[in-house]
Amino acid sequence: MLRQIEGSRAVAEAVGLCRPEVVCAYPISPQTHIIEAIGVLVKSGRLTPCKFVNVESEFAAMSVSIGASAMGARAYTATASQGLLYMTEAVYNAAGLGLPIVMTVANRAIGAPINIWNDHSDAMSVRDAGWVQLFAETNQDAVDLHIQAFRLAEELSLPVMVCMDGFVLTHAFERVELPEQADVDAFLPPFEPRQVLDPDEPVSIGAMVGPEAFTEVRYLAHARQLQALARIPELATEFAATFGRGSGGLVSTYRTEGADTVVVALGSVLGTLKDAADALWDAGVPIGVVGVTTFRPFPAEAVAGAIRGARRVVVVEKAFSIGAHGILAGDVTLALSGLDVGVYAVVAGLGGRPISEGSLRSLLEEASRGSLPALTFLDLDTQLVARELERTVAHRRSGPTAENLLRDIGTSRRVAGPAAST
Amino acid sequence: MFQVRFHGRGGQGVVTAAEMLSVAAFLDGRFAQAFPSFGSERTGAPVVSYCRIADGEIRTRAPVESPDALVVQDATLLHQVDLFSGVGSDAYVLVNTSHTFEELGIAELAGRFRADRVLTVPATEIALRLLGRPLPNAVLLGGFAAMTGAVRVDAVVAAIRERFAGQVAEGNAEGARAAASVVEKERSGRAATD
Repeated sequence: MLRQIEGSRAVAEAVGLCRPEVVCAYPISPQTHIIEAIGVLVKSGRLTPCKFVNVESEFAAMSVSIGASAMGARAYTATASQGLLYMTEAVYNAAGLGLPIVMTVANRAIGAPINIWNDHSDAMSVRDAGWVQLFAETNQDAVDLHIQAFRLAEELSLPVMVCMDGFVLTHAFERVELPEQADVDAFLPPFEPRQVLDPDEPVSIGAMVGPEAFTEVRYLAHARQLQALARIPELATEFAATFGRGSGGLVSTYRTEGADTVVVALGSVLGTLKDAADALWDAGVPIGVVGVTTFRPFPAEAVAGAIRGARRVVVVEKAFSIGAHGILAGDVTLALSGLDVGVYAVVAGLGGRPISEGSLRSLLEEASRGSLPALTFLDLDTQLVARELERTVAHRRSGPTAENLLRDIGTSRRVAGPAAST
Repeated sequence: MFQVRFHGRGGQGVVTAAEMLSVAAFLDGRFAQAFPSFGSERTGAPVVSYCRIADGEIRTRAPVESPDALVVQDATLLHQVDLFSGVGSDAYVLVNTSHTFEELGIAELAGRFRADRVLTVPATEIALRLLGRPLPNAVLLGGFAAMTGAVRVDAVVAAIRERFAGQVAEGNAEGARAAASVVEKERSGRAATD
């Protein structure tokens, strides 16, 4: 049914349609609306049989999900930011044990300084944990990716994280086609666990493994991710056949044909990038857009294929490896190794900084002229940075950086803009 | 694409207003996108929300920088916040107040806009009368629909009924219609004096 609905509510409905048997989550902005809405589904009896378990922390939320999944239940949780960090040990465990848990991450920055707004540093912090990581561009995408996530997770017995931009998507009202229960049931068969804790047939899961087999366990986890790489496009095709619309897959492309410069990104910024690309094509600057839907496993071949023909690639990403480089840009560089293509990293949208079409257009024009540096921070306030650097040179006790910057900005600046009520 | 920016204070339903407007536009068969400013909402703090309405898919996720319409739910913000940033002279401006622009001290500012597009509605008073609570958001949407024609007043009422139930729904629906009549009267008054 077509609805004008909040992203969080839409995802809650989609998760409900997937009939999870155990949902265990701890509320944290901007994920809260998702689990509140699932709580209502369970309490009202619309989602049954399902146990909604209240716990005291994210560590417990993932631990309960692990226990439930090991008992053969379809398990779901959701978190963001500090919550994801707090459960990190269990996040690795879920992957290491090969348990098909599905988790929504409502992407949010990580402190300090505390910041509740959107960027991708939370998801990036666990990119090596062994989870599949899918990124939604729209709320329709978020709904459709969750349905594919359960199927993929259970087929391959590995956990899947669906990343959606916090606030930008979770709190946006837009039209979403919510699938029919019968279609979801046809696409997603009941969970048949590969391993299960059963008192009648006792096994242990998660025992110590020494040097004699640890490498092999990890290699098999890698092999399973590579299996996912092959399976994800097939599931996307099957999804399109069942539901009548495309979603998922490894990468998406937009106007890449004949584009000298291709911009690569994850998540909701792709929409603004497509608008910017259209405007630039109209102005005679051919720009293509490639969305990386599947970030882990990394679809290097598909990315290289999508970029084929371009002279340069601009990777716009909402996170970076401090002291090193862009994270997605690093993966893209590796994917294009051996090809004569320049890769430029652009860090944008950190901690909820709005990414305007105007800034993107200037950036991409600069890129197409070949004058972009290897690493750019979009809309960086260089004066603000310079003042703090001067302070640190002038005074040993220059004080806390974040507070110094806020004092410099004062309360009067940008009050009508997006930073109005921070 | 028609872009709207809502200004108000935490607790006045600024975000809900944008969401309900998007539902009204959806019910009118349009595409719509509503989202809050990326700010934490605290009671009394300035809050901003956005709504875009279009005939096709809306892809951009950027905040609205150049709105076609501005809805000011709290007139005390007029002297505290740069509400008019990016607002062109052809834009619609709807202010919740029972005062005139002269009394608010913004006559000169209001004069920069087209007379039939810069209007006031005493939405808090209407809400107090019909709901017993000073919640102007849904009421203002009725005035907004009448002023801009971006959505039908009936669609606003339907969106209100989708969001609220019982007395709250009925009071807000009646308030929205009352605000629409205020706007229509005000506009015909302006037209007569022009």
